[in-house]
Parts: sequence; C-alpha cells; structure tokens
Amino acid sequence: MSENAVRDAGFDEWLDAASEGEAYYLECPEGHGSLPPRRVCPDCGSTDLEETPLPESGEIETFTVTHIPTPAFEEDAPYATAIANFGPVRITGQVVGVDVDAVENGLEVELEVTVSETTGERVLGFSPV
Amino acid sequence: MSDVRVAGTGQTAFGNAPERTGRDLFAEASIAAFEDSGVPRADVDAVFYGNFMGELAEHQGHQGPLMAEAAGVDAPATRYEAACASSGAAVRDAVFRIRSGAADVVLVGGVERMTNLGTAGATEALAIAADELWEVRAGMTFPGAYALMAQAYFAEYGGEHEDLAHIAVKNHENALPNDKAQYQSAIEIADVLEAPQVSSPLGLYDSCPLSDGASALVLTSEAYAEDNDLEAPVAITGTGQGGDRLALHDRDYLARSPAARKAGEEAYADAGVDAGDVDLAEVHDCFTIAEVLAIEALDLEPVGEGITAARDGRTTADGETPINLSGGLKAKGHPVGATGASQIGEIATLLAGTHPNSEFVEGATTGVAHNAGGTVASATVHVMEVVE
Ligand SMILES: [Zn+2]
Repeated sequence: MSENAVRDAGFDEWLDAASEGEAYYLECPEGHGSLPPRRVCPDCGSTDLEETPLPESGEIETFTVTHIPTPAFEEDAPYATAIANFGPVRITGQVVGVDVDAVENGLEVELEVTVSETTGERVLGFSPV
Repeated sequence: MSDVRVAGTGQTAFGNAPERTGRDLFAEASIAAFEDSGVPRADVDAVFYGNFMGELAEHQGHQGPLMAEAAGVDAPATRYEAACASSGAAVRDAVFRIRSGAADVVLVGGVERMTNLGTAGATEALAIAADELWEVRAGMTFPGAYALMAQAYFAEYGGEHEDLAHIAVKNHENALPNDKAQYQSAIEIADVLEAPQVSSPLGLYDSCPLSDGASALVLTSEAYAEDNDLEAPVAITGTGQGGDRLALHDRDYLARSPAARKAGEEAYADAGVDAGDVDLAEVHDCFTIAEVLAIEALDLEPVGEGITAARDGRTTADGETPINLSGGLKAKGHPVGATGASQIGEIATLLAGTHPNSEFVEGATTGVAHNAGGTVASATVHVMEVVE
C-alpha cells in the first residue's frame, strides 16, 4: 500500500515510463493487448509478450464521480474515475485537469501520472487532450 | 446422481453488531441450522466456510477450524474466499463433495464482521476485491466500480437513476416482514433520488449497507435425508460458477456480467431447467445496478431490458418472477462472506412455504440463487427445486 517503500516490479516501471511519456502495453503475436506485470497473454496463453508503445490518446468509455473514497483518497474527493479505451487495452484512471462536471463519455484523454493529495503517492490519471 | 438436500438453514440477524466476533456470529447461525435440520453435529463430515475480510476486520486467518470449533463440530474445515461470492463458492463445493459420495453431511456457511472497521475502513477493505495495482491505486472504490458499470449501462441501453430507485424501493418493501433484515423500513423513490451521492450515478440508497452477520446450512445427501426421515423438501439441483478478468477494464463488456451468465448456463444445464422454469430468484444486489445485470445474465430479462423490470412490476413480490423476496443485499444487509449461503436459505424456505414472504410464491417449484464477487470476476449460481 501507500506507506510501502518497496516497489512493485513491473507496475512501478510502467508508471515511470508513463511519466516520461513512454507508456507501453504488452502485445502477443496474436495482437492481444495487456498490462504488466504479466508473463502470459490472458487471451491466448502466449508467453511471447513484447512492450509496444501505447497509443497516445484514448477515449473515455465510462466514468464516475466518487464522493466517498477510501482513506487513501480522502483529501482528493470528489474526483472523477474513468475507464478509457486506448485501442489494444483499456485503462482505469483519475481524470485531472478538467472540472468533474465536464467529464463525459467520448472525451479524448492522454495519460498523466499525477499525485494523490492525501498520500502524495503516484496515481495513474487522464487529462483531456 | 443423488440430489443434495437442504436439511437446515440458519442465520443471525444482519445489521450493526460491531462488537460481536466472527466466531460468535457463526456459532449462532450454526445452532439455528442444526436445530432446523435435526441432524446431530457428530454426523457432519466437513465444514465449508466463506469469509472475505477476516484478516482486516479481526486480524484472524485460518478461520476454518475456528468456525468448526465455534459450531461444536469435530470435522475438517476449509475456508473459501471469492470476495462477496465466498459462501456461494463454499456451497458449490459442498454440493460436489456430497454428490461424489465423499460426504453425507456438510455444514456450510459464512461470516463477515465489517462495522467494527468504520465506514472508511470497510470501504478500504471492500476495495481489495478489485485489482490493487490498476484499479484501487487509481482511486476506484467498490461503489465506484459499480457506478462505472451503471454509467456504461445507461450509455449503452438507456435508463436512468429513477429506474434503479424502483429496485431499492422494491427490496425494502420485501424486507418488511423479514425479522433478520437490517432494514425493515419502507422507502420511496424520492428517498433514493435525494440521497447523498456515493459515486455518481449511485447514491446512498443504491448501495447495500455495511453489515455484520453469519449464515449456515446443513446440507445432506438424499440417502441421508431419507434414512433419517428429515424434513428436507428442497434440493440444490444445479450448480454453476463463472470467472472473468479481475479488473473491470479488462472485460469484454462494461455493462454486462459474463461470469454470471456462464454460471447460470452451467447451473441450468446441471439441473435440467431453463430460465423460463425459474419462479423466483435471490440475486446479488450489492448495488441497484447489480440486480439489473444479474437478472439479464440469468436470462430472466433480455439484455438491455432488466432496467425496467422492477419499475414495471415484473420482479416485484406480486410480479411474474419475484426477485429478492428476502429484501436482497440492499435491505436484508450484506455481511459479505455470509451472503451466498444466506441466499440459499432464503430460497429453501421460500419454496418450502416457511418464509414470511412464501405467500407470494405459492406453488413455486424452482428458485435460483446468484452470488457475485467483486465486479463479478466470480459468480456462483445455484438452482433449487422442491423435490418432495
Ligand atoms: Zn494473446
């Protein structure tokens, strides 16, 4: 959890890459997309997974504005959480840089690694393109 | 293959009992189940027990033997964890154990102690049913996940919050005569629509409460029930389980529950029935939208039409297929690990004519219990029939 100083291998490297604008997804020879840490394609069982650049923008498919958060997001609420479709993968993130009332399906977003106002931990976010 | 009989059912009242330990809750439910069954404790071959957050709520692992001991049973005990479907999964394996002939009598049930964690602590504990790295760390809560599904459902099939409100109103109405229910109070549409938002579009009255409670069942083989002259007219005739990717964003559909569909198809085939045979169901309405997704996955409503079922009276107590006559998770309460086995107890008593709401299903022969874990990465479905 948040106070844990030990990194989660695979996941934290992905966040590092996303922070640098170099986010990727894992692609198997069949073209299935998935997110790390992962050794096996969950769609076909292939173990031949290659880091492939994530498309730069995705489209919000659904969202919610959370008013009652977990303690780790107490100071952040209300905040918008969305699922955005980037093509080969969908990703869940917190929508930043826009009023929560302006979040809607179809909104085009890009990844933005942000920081929790409550814990100071990194949070995977989306900002409108 | 012999049917598995429901010989006894028991549960505690569901509600706010923060000081009661899990072992005390399970002891009470098991006493009721044994008394109802007439089966001696010494005949129990195995204990299958469901619990989700015992490590967080009570700092207690290894709960199987603890609960067998609390129930006064000297038999091997195993804990099942499948988030909110924990005791549904326990029931399923109890059915297989009895069918295989390896056991004649199984004590199965579940417990959850939640309210001692407080609202914030329980919200955090419930969230661990989701993908910690890719969902929880992005701020997704358990209500938030169902809110994402509700918003996706509205966008794809239509419907609005008021349609969901009818589900909450219906389930509160059903709970009125249920003395084990957390809420025996009627609510109105306006109460739901005006309640504080939890995670849009879902508000406080779209959500099941935090609950403490336990459930227990004594399940036996058909031969054991006959040899011992048990009053056990209802059998579990079909069992099914479905799984899916853990994170909602990794699923094929954001507004459907494929795992529940798989579980339902398997359970119907196992029992040799189809959806048209189902007279009543208890489904996992942790949030109002969850009841919509459940009845569609069970083929009790076409996809995209379940949203109107409560509003138009198809699933109300006097409707064609009453759903959640117990009050459902919404009004009966949802002590997570206890819910699945409790649902089996509700269907058994509704079909046997001993439930306070049995009058609404007189002559019914076939009921279904649907138990879901997380955002339905786990689902169990059981078909139950009157067999004597
Ligand atoms: Zn693949």
